[in-house]
Amino acid sequence: MNLTLKIWRQKNADDKGQLVDYKVTDISEHMSFLEMMDVLNEQLINKGEEPVAFDHDCREGICGMCSMYINGEAHGPDRGITTCQLHMRSFKDGDTIHIEPFRATAFPVIKDLVVDRTAFDRIQQSGGYISVNTSGNTQDANATPISKIDADKAMDAATCIGCGACVATCKNSSAMLFVGAKVSQYALLPQGQVEATERVLNMVQQMDDEGFGNCTNTGACEVECPKGISLENIARMNREFLKASL
Amino acid sequence: MSGFLSSSIARKVAMALSALFLIFFLIMHLSVNLTSLFSETLFNHLSHFMGTNPMVQFVLQPILIFGVVFHFVMGFVLELKNKKATAVKYAKDNGAANSTWSSRNMVYSGLVILAFIVLHFIDFWIPELNTKYIHGDMSGLLEGTQDFRYFEELQHKFVNPLRVLAYVVSFVLLGLHLSHGFQSAFQSMGFNNKYTKTVKAAGKLYSIIIPAGFVLVAVFHFLNH
Repeated sequence: MNLTLKIWRQKNADDKGQLVDYKVTDISEHMSFLEMMDVLNEQLINKGEEPVAFDHDCREGICGMCSMYINGEAHGPDRGITTCQLHMRSFKDGDTIHIEPFRATAFPVIKDLVVDRTAFDRIQQSGGYISVNTSGNTQDANATPISKIDADKAMDAATCIGCGACVATCKNSSAMLFVGAKVSQYALLPQGQVEATERVLNMVQQMDDEGFGNCTNTGACEVECPKGISLENIARMNREFLKASL
Repeated sequence: MSGFLSSSIARKVAMALSALFLIFFLIMHLSVNLTSLFSETLFNHLSHFMGTNPMVQFVLQPILIFGVVFHFVMGFVLELKNKKATAVKYAKDNGAANSTWSSRNMVYSGLVILAFIVLHFIDFWIPELNTKYIHGDMSGLLEGTQDFRYFEELQHKFVNPLRVLAYVVSFVLLGLHLSHGFQSAFQSMGFNNKYTKTVKAAGKLYSIIIPAGFVLVAVFHFLNH
């Protein structure tokens, strides 16, 4: 298939940036979206032009590196996948595809489609950990009984790969789905109780300090999340926050 | 804003609490209004009670005004913060793919409701204050008669079709605001469990019935004045 791409090009963080039109031809519908971007970049390199910078790593939907806002949606039009899992069969011959970086004041553009998501790392560092005895007499994890329901919910929350699609999608650039998931995965388990109070207070404080917006419960994040993280996690974070504050 | 209310989640909860208070108030307000459809006497008596009872006037009314002002001010504070967090916009953004129009436009439906409240105050509340507290007439009687004035005043207000139209448009926007706001308030307070489906259904029902009730009152008196 032949496509017109409107791609955000920005030399560096200080550059104003703009959408630039590119044509790609003979794209196979079996290619992933990132492979299509590889084809474009080879084309650009052969012409002596600067290739488009974009984030990618595992290319199998688990690392959370690939981003891109494709035709007005984080990770493109399909549900429950990252951009590397998006295939060109989701588009039609002759389509024009808008490709922009994830937008949020807390995710500044570094170059082209690459944004700085280290704000997530700082939130995680502020409370996303537990105290574990590492002195040699560590308790067997299976010795602590955990209800199946709580274990499943904690696991669901822990599937968050921190890609930032929730922030990119949110009309307020709120990070509450990410923080909700990170708070929930510990709040549901006995191992997380030791730091429960400080964790939620510190992570929410860090989230606010990073300049993320306020959640207005549109639910867009839940729809666009490649891992299907539920709004239940935001509600749980709110409960944890109130419990810790009052 | 400092202390507890400086946190994003605390602000959400405060918005939700004031919203639930206003949701309860709308039921009260509509209940009184609906009596005007079938009993002039009952409407007059209820209006006189609400307008002259010291508990309603000097305790509940100030709480209500605080609730309304707080909800609007906090709404705008959050909107300004969110504008800052989203300084650069997308060239192409397909919001309809993942969220409802009403959830994305709460600030605009809220602004229409604010404009409506200003009109509503000019129509009813300010003349009431003038009659009762400036002229000191607490009798609630129509000048020169022994009849209550409230029903008469209500009908008089809905003679002008433009006012009726403004009220109807505002109530439609109120409905849209509530269709997201009702369930959103519960989510903000951390309520998301097996009852959430029921809360969402109740919210949809509430957001249709309450505005439709207010529209009915306005249109009924326009047609029957």
